[in-house]
Amino acid sequence: MTKADIVERVYEKVGTSKKESAEIVETVLDIIKENLKNGEKVKISGFGNFSVRKKRPRRGRNPQTGGEIEITARKVLTFKPSQVLKKVLNS
Amino acid sequence: MTKSKLVEKISENLTSITKKDAKVIVDVIFDSMIDSLKKGERIEIRGFGSFKVKERNARNGRNPKTGIIVNIPEKKTIFFKPGKELKKKVDY
Repeated sequence: MTKADIVERVYEKVGTSKKESAEIVETVLDIIKENLKNGEKVKISGFGNFSVRKKRPRRGRNPQTGGEIEITARKVLTFKPSQVLKKVLNS
Repeated sequence: MTKSKLVEKISENLTSITKKDAKVIVDVIFDSMIDSLKKGERIEIRGFGSFKVKERNARNGRNPKTGIIVNIPEKKTIFFKPGKELKKKVDY
């Protein structure tokens, strides 16, 4: 499934034009992205939570050369599926 | 941010969409994604990321309270991989 398929679904179910549907989907994604960019959690009940986690710097190795390198502190995005979604998948 | 806040923001950003419509739209979007994942499909949203269903093998675990070995059956879970653009946005 791609963004185009989601747009198609909105078009079918909501009745907005294709162009409008595409605009809506894009807006929804932009709002979510903007929130995550600000480090804010996004909770979608029935689907899951997106959250930004801070990682501390740590030592790692270049697997190719074996040389030790420093992995810098960073923020990563994680997704945790909701209990409902997990149940749906396994039923 | 919760779903209801997202709904509010949508009707703020797109004046042609009422709050009621925005709620329906958000539900349609996530329901369509759930349907797709249910079928075991991969979802790829450019600029955002991808969702994939992975199967976890059955394994033996222990009840931490009683120490009794229990069988944990195989199950499916979802993995999300953020897209490059979003990864960069989050980590600045």
